[in-house]
Amino acid sequence: MADVKLHGFWASPFSYRVIWALKIKGVDYEYIEEDLSNKSELLLKYNPVYKKIPVLVHGGKPIAESLVILEYIEETWPGNPLLPSDPYEKAMARFWIQFAVAKASVYRAFFVSTGGEDQEKARKDWLEVLKILEDQALGDKKFFGGDTINLVDISYGVLAYWFKNTEEVIGIKVLEPTTLPRLSQWVQNFMQVPVIKENIPDSHKMLAYLRIVREKIIVAEQHNK
Amino acid sequence: MAEVKLLATWPSPFYYRVVWALKSKGIAYEFIEEDLANKSPLLLQYNPVHKKIPVLIHGGKPICESMIILEYIEEIWPKNSLLPNDPYEKAVARFWIKFADDKSPEIWRVFRSVGEEQEKAAKDSLEMLKTIEEHALGEKKFFGGDKIGMVGIAFGQLAQWLQVIEDVTGVKLLEASEFPRLQRWINNFKQVPVINENLPDYDQMFAFFKGRRQMLLASK
Repeated sequence: MADVKLHGFWASPFSYRVIWALKIKGVDYEYIEEDLSNKSELLLKYNPVYKKIPVLVHGGKPIAESLVILEYIEETWPGNPLLPSDPYEKAMARFWIQFAVAKASVYRAFFVSTGGEDQEKARKDWLEVLKILEDQALGDKKFFGGDTINLVDISYGVLAYWFKNTEEVIGIKVLEPTTLPRLSQWVQNFMQVPVIKENIPDSHKMLAYLRIVREKIIVAEQHNK
Repeated sequence: MAEVKLLATWPSPFYYRVVWALKSKGIAYEFIEEDLANKSPLLLQYNPVHKKIPVLIHGGKPICESMIILEYIEEIWPKNSLLPNDPYEKAVARFWIKFADDKSPEIWRVFRSVGEEQEKAAKDSLEMLKTIEEHALGEKKFFGGDKIGMVGIAFGQLAQWLQVIEDVTGVKLLEASEFPRLQRWINNFKQVPVINENLPDYDQMFAFFKGRRQMLLASK
């Protein structure tokens, strides 16, 4: 069996998407931590277009972009399937995964918001995105994937862990039981899934890291004004 | 056979992606023209989240987002395959499809803006073209092979819409001398019968987008 390596970064939700998928499928892999301030030659060779992690390397052949990697993992190791087999349901799953990509800028706007009207608007816009997710993607299901998690849940892992930490850094709660009861329950359920519970970054480290990242972006954006 | 309908507008490049995929597989479909200035109850019902076209409706069930539609078409009608069989080659194809979707909006920013903003968009567009030229195309006739596939279809905007944007804005982006592979690909792509027979009329497109740009700039 060709060997599997994952170039990742300890704080990245995109890195964790791949880790979760590999673990669910019981795929052995070697994890290589990348220093994003000093990217390895290997990373630049494996992902010349974006120079980003995660990169999965299977039998020496690199694949970049977490969602592309997830589809590759699903196809190469079909046990414990993470996508519906029905083509229409599969298209719907992919639609909701793409929805996260389409709304990333709304998340970002909230992440870097500092106060006043701007922040209030960012919060409202993000709340609206979460409401659509809760209403139309999740509905009354336990997970986006039904009774068990699938690629849609894995794609939204960023909400369950990174966003909760972001709320603490910013000091504003958006994803709460009073406004988003079903999505809040999903967060609880998702974080209890063994493969997720056993594979998340250290909370203290994450909070400190998010604070630094947010500061940096805010300062940079102020310079650009 | 469940019926296939395609809700879309001319001259959207995303609409044409789906047309090319359906036609290359010989799938009959009914085209329903949508008026985006006055969105129909049908569109709002079939794509409540984004309210955009194209929407493929197969046996009454809607699928939205052009590349998701293409993956669906590929799976339901596997004849005249648009993706490689090999999982690794397929992953490489999907990487470029994602790149096309991430970066193609830059050329539309050139279309919608003036001054500094347009200059930045032009710069970003050139970066994208350079990446395609250096990393995506290789020496094959089409992306990854001798026949067109989903990657080529995903980059289809560059084959005609890019030229319209250049002509309407007066901003030249794709110089054949600087992008020989890309230019060759465009020439080859446009000669493939299914593409050639299904491209919007150039003069009509030019008139349409010229008018659109005037309206956009007037409203600023």
